[in-house]
Amino acid sequence: MRNKKKTIAMLLAGGQGSRLGVLTADVAKPAIPFAGKYRIIDFPLSNSINSGIDTVGVLTQYRPLELNAYIGNGQAWDLDRNDGGVSILPPYMTGKEGEWYKGTANAIYQNINFVDRYDPEYVVVLSGDHIYKMDYSEMVRYHQEKGAACTIAVRNVPLEEASRFGILNTKEDNEIYEFEEKPKHPKSTKASMGVYVFTWSKMRECLIRDEQNPDSENDFGKNIIPMMIDNGDKLYAYEFDSYWKDVGTIESLWEANMEILSGEAGIELSDPDWRIYSRNPNEPPHYVADNAIIKNSMITEGARIYGDVENSIIFYGAYVGPGATVRNAVIMPDARIEAGAVVDYAIVGQESVIGAGAKVGLPMNECKKGDIAVIGNELKVSAGAVVAPGEMLAENK
Amino acid sequence: MKNTMAIIFAYKNDEQLKALTQLRTVSSLPVAGRYRVIDFTLSNLVNSGITKVGMITRSNYQSLMDHVGSGKEWELSRKRDGLYMLPPFSQQDSVGLNSRGRVEALINALTFIRKSTSEYIILHDSDSIFNTTYDDMMNYHQEKGADITVMYQHGDFAPEANEETCYFQFDEDGRVIDVAIDPTTGRENRSIGVVIMKKTLLESLIHDCASHNLVSFRRDILQRRVNDLKIYGYRYDGYISSINTIASYFRANMDALDPQVREELFYKDSKIATKIRDEVPTIYRGSSQVKNSLIADGCVIEGTVENSIIFRGVHIRKGAVVQNSIIMQDSEIQAGSQLNYVITDKDVVIRENRKLYGFELFPMVLSKGSVV
Repeated sequence: MRNKKKTIAMLLAGGQGSRLGVLTADVAKPAIPFAGKYRIIDFPLSNSINSGIDTVGVLTQYRPLELNAYIGNGQAWDLDRNDGGVSILPPYMTGKEGEWYKGTANAIYQNINFVDRYDPEYVVVLSGDHIYKMDYSEMVRYHQEKGAACTIAVRNVPLEEASRFGILNTKEDNEIYEFEEKPKHPKSTKASMGVYVFTWSKMRECLIRDEQNPDSENDFGKNIIPMMIDNGDKLYAYEFDSYWKDVGTIESLWEANMEILSGEAGIELSDPDWRIYSRNPNEPPHYVADNAIIKNSMITEGARIYGDVENSIIFYGAYVGPGATVRNAVIMPDARIEAGAVVDYAIVGQESVIGAGAKVGLPMNECKKGDIAVIGNELKVSAGAVVAPGEMLAENK
Repeated sequence: MKNTMAIIFAYKNDEQLKALTQLRTVSSLPVAGRYRVIDFTLSNLVNSGITKVGMITRSNYQSLMDHVGSGKEWELSRKRDGLYMLPPFSQQDSVGLNSRGRVEALINALTFIRKSTSEYIILHDSDSIFNTTYDDMMNYHQEKGADITVMYQHGDFAPEANEETCYFQFDEDGRVIDVAIDPTTGRENRSIGVVIMKKTLLESLIHDCASHNLVSFRRDILQRRVNDLKIYGYRYDGYISSINTIASYFRANMDALDPQVREELFYKDSKIATKIRDEVPTIYRGSSQVKNSLIADGCVIEGTVENSIIFRGVHIRKGAVVQNSIIMQDSEIQAGSQLNYVITDKDVVIRENRKLYGFELFPMVLSKGSVV
């Protein structure tokens, strides 16, 4: 018999993240390296453990190998527990049939048995594509105080941008009376962050009911929330105004990295009270050579820097050769920038090699905003080759 | 090397290193930016496929215990075998603990050794930095039909004060014909402090020593039995740095700035593992100037760093100049300070505009937590 848990978390990590193109060609979005030594999933996992939630189900579906290997037994986040801890929940066969997770709600529906093992009062639903620090226990307390069936974390977005988000229309006391997915004429600026707290008994009921509707897309935003509103359940919006970034696009991923670097994000990764944990690579300290110049950058262990690095993030094990220049760039783990190569306004994927004298991207003032050159994982750009700004390289060049 | 266990002598506490080993043993000395000496010992053994390791400690072993913990970073936290700490029994008189020999240490560990089902045993000192595996040495031991095989390095070694090191002479076959401790001549084949033999042989040698009140492994086993035991030398040709003085400690750290040494120590397939600490990447501000240095995670670099080793969590403030120095974990060098040939132990604060200069063969050492 398992111990009863008050709150458990379910982390939706199955999304492909197709807008990230070549970077998610072989890894799931939550496993994308971020800020020198982290992965995106480190944020929801660290938030969970820091919020006192020690039971997390990670729902995987798309290219799970690297993600599974990264999570391992959860030790890096203190989630290796006898009771609870982290569990990876891929889709599975039942009897003769099995099916993929059809939507976010269906993913949890298929794991009702998992949740029932812990018999929780509340289930926190998270996604693996946001950079933020949040105390979920505060949100659960709010949910409890309001006696809500569901609480949705929201942040205020500028009115002109509101039509890009799922918008929640609320009464004065934050009770939600309407949910609109990407409304043309938004009535509110409260955008859903994709973080939900549900009362499990209620959620369980709704998931089962939704599953019986053949027309449903089995999605929280599109189906479950509107169904609960129609049903007269109490739904509340929980306002969150600290840093939060959806890193679903190349530009936002690049920006989030840079905002961590500049401190603009206000996310103190090493804050002893709210540390973001990650799997630590086994690497020696980074080496900086005689002729290297490093300005306003983040460098991680195992890196070797012989050239110039400016406003950039260099992940563990990466190499920047003599005379090479890396500017406004994100160089992912074990990538190599050979001698004399220039990488500007770019993201270079894991283990890729930029040949000697090659040119990737252009300085920011010489190209359009957002024209970030992207090199996929494990690719080779041959010596002297040119990768244009905004180009997304999916094969060797 | 599945049928082999290891014993590490982790209690060395050198008089010559006193400034750094007052609160710790040589094996727990921080080196190369994020490691401890013991990391190399443990990793070499584990990378050789050894899964049962006993670690003999005597005094000041708190920092060592804290560092190795359950041994999980070295895959030694196991259901079967793994890491065993062998601290001293409390009845023992504490006088001269460190001068008593390895044999006495082994007598105390005899129950542990006897219980193991391993066929072979490796005895391993923990005062050197090198990255190797012992498979080839074991093959050599078996090919030669040796009773004991000792690892050594070949070179021309200048005499050092109070060094207590064995030097070997061999016949044409590589068999040891003479063992000398701190000789003035014949200093070419220096012991590395790694010994392989059958476990049963070790047990009988220890019993024999115990019944004759003999305590020194070197004097009472290697030297005394050189004619009746087949002792062979296995030459190690890779990089190695032994730490027994402040100058050699300093040199061992600075060696890691050499790309070839670094390649050999850290970028081989057999990796050196260490205790992890959740640190953020190091941040360089616009005013930083860094040349030829090793810098661990969690630092903030705003000043100038040259030819130095910077451990985790160090803050070098704007205008500070650190040259030829070793700055250990969580130290802070404030604005305008200048350091040359300085070793700061952990948690040292150098206040603004201080100027500290040591000398290459005699670096200035600031003990843990000092504020200058």
